[in-house]
Amino acid sequence: MITLYDYELSGNCYKLRLLMGMLGVEWKTVPVDFYPGREHKSDWFLKINPLGQLPVIDDDGLVLRDAQAILVYLASKYDASGTWYPRDNPALLGEISQWLAFADGITGTASAARLHDALFYDFDVEAARAGAHRLFRILDEHLWFGEQEGRNWICSASQPTIADIACFPYIMLSEEGGIPRQDYPAIRRWCDRVKRLKGFSVMSGVFPAGPAKAA
Amino acid sequence: MTQTRCTDQVILDLWHPLAAVSELPVGVVVDTVLLEERLSLAADSAGKAAVWRSRPEIAADNPVDIAALGGTLPVKIAYGYVWTSLGNPPADIFPIPEYAEADRRRLNAATLGVNVSAPRAIENFLDMGHFPYVHTDILGAEPHTEVKEYDVEISVDRDEILATRCRFFQPMASTASDGGADVDYIYRVPHPYCSVLYKSSPLDESRLDVIAVFLQPVDQEHVRAHMMLCVLDEDNEDKVIKRFQQTIFGQDKPILENQFPKRLPLDPRAETPIRADKSAIAYRRWLSQKGVTYGVIPAAT
Repeated sequence: MITLYDYELSGNCYKLRLLMGMLGVEWKTVPVDFYPGREHKSDWFLKINPLGQLPVIDDDGLVLRDAQAILVYLASKYDASGTWYPRDNPALLGEISQWLAFADGITGTASAARLHDALFYDFDVEAARAGAHRLFRILDEHLWFGEQEGRNWICSASQPTIADIACFPYIMLSEEGGIPRQDYPAIRRWCDRVKRLKGFSVMSGVFPAGPAKAA
Repeated sequence: MTQTRCTDQVILDLWHPLAAVSELPVGVVVDTVLLEERLSLAADSAGKAAVWRSRPEIAADNPVDIAALGGTLPVKIAYGYVWTSLGNPPADIFPIPEYAEADRRRLNAATLGVNVSAPRAIENFLDMGHFPYVHTDILGAEPHTEVKEYDVEISVDRDEILATRCRFFQPMASTASDGGADVDYIYRVPHPYCSVLYKSSPLDESRLDVIAVFLQPVDQEHVRAHMMLCVLDEDNEDKVIKRFQQTIFGQDKPILENQFPKRLPLDPRAETPIRADKSAIAYRRWLSQKGVTYGVIPAAT
């Protein structure tokens, strides 16, 4: 069974809980006291991940770090439908990788602002917020043009991909870093679509969508 | 006397929490903010602490010998935290006798920065009505949404608010729970920015778990929330108990940060309460009677 080294308030850990829930994969959790205990910098954890970062999974002895990398692995191994990470579609794989890197940019900005405000990290919060707004503006336009073409998800596919999962958590948690989303209506509609996916789960700070409007 | 940015003497004269002793590095300067004032603090290896107005020559992260420091602020160690005051504090901090019971787990679940006024956060802490909607399947679940009648009094001799006979169905009241149960609650508000909650222990029906929130007002609309746990739990590691409480507080956080107006209005006509808000009404009245102005919108006189 998969073991997830997990911190409840981490958006990067939530990415994996979210996808595993949607794929119907079972896992067990090893809680890591990221805050206030800084257990991710402890000797035992650095042996598992020398970068001292969460999340990490151990799947029958295969130890992987980095949320985006783990999403690629989980979807490739456990998604029978093959839609979350379509291995036979090079153009789509390129797109997915592009947006996985974009998700890392969201972590570096929106998540950094949240760590500053909630956990007192010594970051330049104004720079982090400005950086997040720049990325949100780009994603909002991308999603808006997609909607005009009948596309619901970040990548050019009729089904969501791991790019949607990778971008979702730190966008949803952005207000905790002082980054409001009122100016990004296409992002807000996309967030609601993600929340209505089968198997969707929440984390602290993320609420389920209200009932959908009848079509 | 140094001029302070906060001019509310009631608030200035209180003891305020700054940091969990367990998380302070020994002999090293840590900076914080209280009531818009920059403060520094440090603890020594004997568990003593000192707090002072930050000085450029004693910068954060540097070693300091607190015994050699002059011009420090009042300091107390209580319930696992360092407390200070910018005014003339009372001799004692409000009592929590259960903290002395040796078999309890005493932890700082976390200190979290929240974009909320301290009184709004206390009011949310007192509210049971949100349990099924915000803490779904943990502290509440539909259809068990009713807040049953409970009692509230403002104790004159103890100068605190007491809500008793509170009862709520909780699917998972604590890490020691093994299923849903009707849980008894008692709430105390012994300090304008601190509240202490007692709830049935799943392990011993004659005793109560104690969970307190001690708010450090950074300014009128931001707090550092210190969450103290003093609970009965023989099985779970500290980090599991902390995680449970952080999960709950993390669910409250977006609700707190979206309260508007951010300062708590004390005018009885400003917001419309329902019966379940009895303790909140008493809290607002108590703050008004004390003349608290910091973090609130005082009632028009």
